[in-house]
Amino acid sequence: MKVTIKDFDDIAVVEVEGNIDSKTAPEFERNTKVATDKSSIIAIDLTAVEFMSSAGLRVLLMLYRNVKAKNGKVVLVGVSEEIQDVMSMTGFINFFKIVEKQDEALSFLKQD
Amino acid sequence: MATDIRIDYYPTHEQEGIKFRRGHVLPFGATMVPNGINFSIYSSEAIDCTLVLFERGESAPFAEIRFPEEFRTGNVYSMIVFDLDYERLEYGYRMDGPFNPEKGHRFDKNIILSDPYAKAIGGRDTWLAKPNWDDIYPYRSRLVFEDFDWENDHPLETPIEDLVIYEMHVRGFTQHPSSEVKNPGTFAAIRSKIAYLKELGINCVELMPIYEFDEWENSKENPVTGGLIVNFWGYSTVNFFSPKAGYAATGKFGMQVDELKTLIKELHKNGIEVMLDVVFNHTAEGDHRGHTISFRGIDNKTYYMLTPEGYYFNFSGTGNTLNCNNPVVRNMVLDCLRYWAADYHIDGFRFDLAAILGRDQNGAPLSNPPLLESLAHDPILAKCKLVAEAWDAGGLYQVGSFPAYGRWAEWNGKYRDGIRKFLKGDDGLVGKMAQLVQGSPDLYYYRGPTASINFIACHDGFTLYDLFAYNEKHNIANGENNNDGGNDNDSWNHGVEGETEDVGINQLRHRQIKNALSILMVSQGVPMILSGDEMGVTKFGNNNTYCHDNELNWTDWGLLKKNADIYNFARHILRFRRAHPVLRSATHFQHRDYVGSGFPDISFHGTQAWKPDYSDSSKCLAFMLDGAHAKNGSIKDDMIYVAMNTYWDALYYELPVLSAGRNWYLAVNTSMPSGEDIFEIGKEPILSEQGRFLVGGRSTVILVGK
Repeated sequence: MKVTIKDFDDIAVVEVEGNIDSKTAPEFERNTKVATDKSSIIAIDLTAVEFMSSAGLRVLLMLYRNVKAKNGKVVLVGVSEEIQDVMSMTGFINFFKIVEKQDEALSFLKQD
Repeated sequence: MATDIRIDYYPTHEQEGIKFRRGHVLPFGATMVPNGINFSIYSSEAIDCTLVLFERGESAPFAEIRFPEEFRTGNVYSMIVFDLDYERLEYGYRMDGPFNPEKGHRFDKNIILSDPYAKAIGGRDTWLAKPNWDDIYPYRSRLVFEDFDWENDHPLETPIEDLVIYEMHVRGFTQHPSSEVKNPGTFAAIRSKIAYLKELGINCVELMPIYEFDEWENSKENPVTGGLIVNFWGYSTVNFFSPKAGYAATGKFGMQVDELKTLIKELHKNGIEVMLDVVFNHTAEGDHRGHTISFRGIDNKTYYMLTPEGYYFNFSGTGNTLNCNNPVVRNMVLDCLRYWAADYHIDGFRFDLAAILGRDQNGAPLSNPPLLESLAHDPILAKCKLVAEAWDAGGLYQVGSFPAYGRWAEWNGKYRDGIRKFLKGDDGLVGKMAQLVQGSPDLYYYRGPTASINFIACHDGFTLYDLFAYNEKHNIANGENNNDGGNDNDSWNHGVEGETEDVGINQLRHRQIKNALSILMVSQGVPMILSGDEMGVTKFGNNNTYCHDNELNWTDWGLLKKNADIYNFARHILRFRRAHPVLRSATHFQHRDYVGSGFPDISFHGTQAWKPDYSDSSKCLAFMLDGAHAKNGSIKDDMIYVAMNTYWDALYYELPVLSAGRNWYLAVNTSMPSGEDIFEIGKEPILSEQGRFLVGGRSTVILVGK
């Protein structure tokens, strides 16, 4: 798994490549923490993630709670249909705004 | 981080790089603690215990750690192991001790045993995916995350008298292609049918067993089709704390817990309670010829009722009987139900063959069974519905006498039998019917009508449709020469066995279904319907479809269209019950006027008003409920008059005279064609003749006085 954090003004974009399972989830979690330390307006780009286990979903939920506690916003980008299905069936999807492309995420996050 | 943890969470022991220390004895099972997992397991007779750790899906364990003697407290082995991957871990135990069946011991340290307290089980993650038969450890204990976000959800605590229970099989409900759902046969698919359940008007789903079981258990070739016979119903528990992974679309990702909780949360949001059908009478380990999965290898003598020779007592009809009134097993049952109530927000439990739970360790019925008493008084289960199937396969039949402790309700098997015989037109049933529609005060005088779970059909036996389409059971496909399943069905085919093109017979069958639904919905007590009966599902005369993963158990949603009249009727009769609180009393009728309305709370009638005919040949009974007495006079409702006629011809029923200014309106007349058989609340037509009503042969009429 490879994680890249980019800054767009006060928005942090976390790009992930590879699978997120219990082995890689701790690294994913460390990176999201770095991002939330910088900003409370976050986009997580999962376009290049094919598989996410429950450990990965739980990192997302933790991130959501952190961001929410700071009155921030979080958007997920490019979530595969299969991961969206899993998120839907296990209740995780209710917590997230999901868009297809990064620019949609940015324009959403720039709104008040 | 190490600096964040308490000093008592530092390892004291190490074996091949794995660090561990003495654990906490409670809770039993595997529990996440800072930096590690606490394992705790009970065995009274083991002389040695080893924890076996696997990476998920691997055939060989990555570590085996023998519990040092100093880690044992009493009969409990406990250990904290550090730095394990919660999500990837699978674990089990080896127990060493005597193998001496005559003395009740069946230890075998070569077998890896499932934890009775595991919160998830791996190995059967996708329904009917072919197992690896060579796996040294087929049912693998796993951990689950306990961080589900329930938001503001909690059990609904609907008053039991207001429930309409819908008995459903998770897979059967949506597996048929006609259900048109994304993940057929799963918890997730039930979610996509919530709108349907709401439209139907039920407010409680009772799920047939969802504890982990093995659909491959006793699988064999179907003698009729050559296909596979499996354990479809699931009345054979592998583990009491784990949801069936194969019922979850996400079971293959190990997320069945989240999927089930999401379903429950969503049902609750829609006002629908969730009851579980729980099977504590036996386990999947079977008799002395069965596999050792867990209990047998951990503490055979504690968990099972054994004969003096060391064989298994069989009061369940399925091989073994769990030793529920052993204090250790009793605590396990209590821990289990508390867990489901607290962690899954379950609203109630229906106990399969519950009479077994009242037997002592030799099988004799107890007058004051400690398990039943404990459950009734448990603080965590205080608001849960507790429902007993008040009989067992050992011949103990306790309908009306189940030890209730002011809490327990019962599946009223006598209600089912009485209504069936009456609808069939048997003699001598009118007096019995008068009891049944009141919530069986003859059985439950001191317990109130809510002790009676009323049903006419359930998973066990004919569907409602088949009840009126078959005289005999047709169970050849089960592979037991038609010897299985009940013979006392009280069914009637109305002239032709099974499907027919005869319009008259089909009309009569539909009318009988409507009669049954009508009587069920106007009876005091708690109605339960079998999923699919609202659309006339058939199992083609098979009254014991426990083993079929096919159309015999899959709800054919095409029937909604084919039997639109039944579905329309069902929807409206459920609404009728909901609209009229006088139908849902928590206390028995007093047969007198205690609110000064001029009418008794209930009165019985025959073809002549105020003169019920209880003679042996009578087939006519009517009763009237006074709406002023609804909920003991605390709510105003309409008058309700119900006329039942199981005579083959139409008969005039003289109607009781209402108080001045009120009239009789027609709510239900099952002898009329669809569209005129049931009317929407508030749109009931007024009777042109207020003094009498012609009730068709084999028909039910409901009037509203307002």
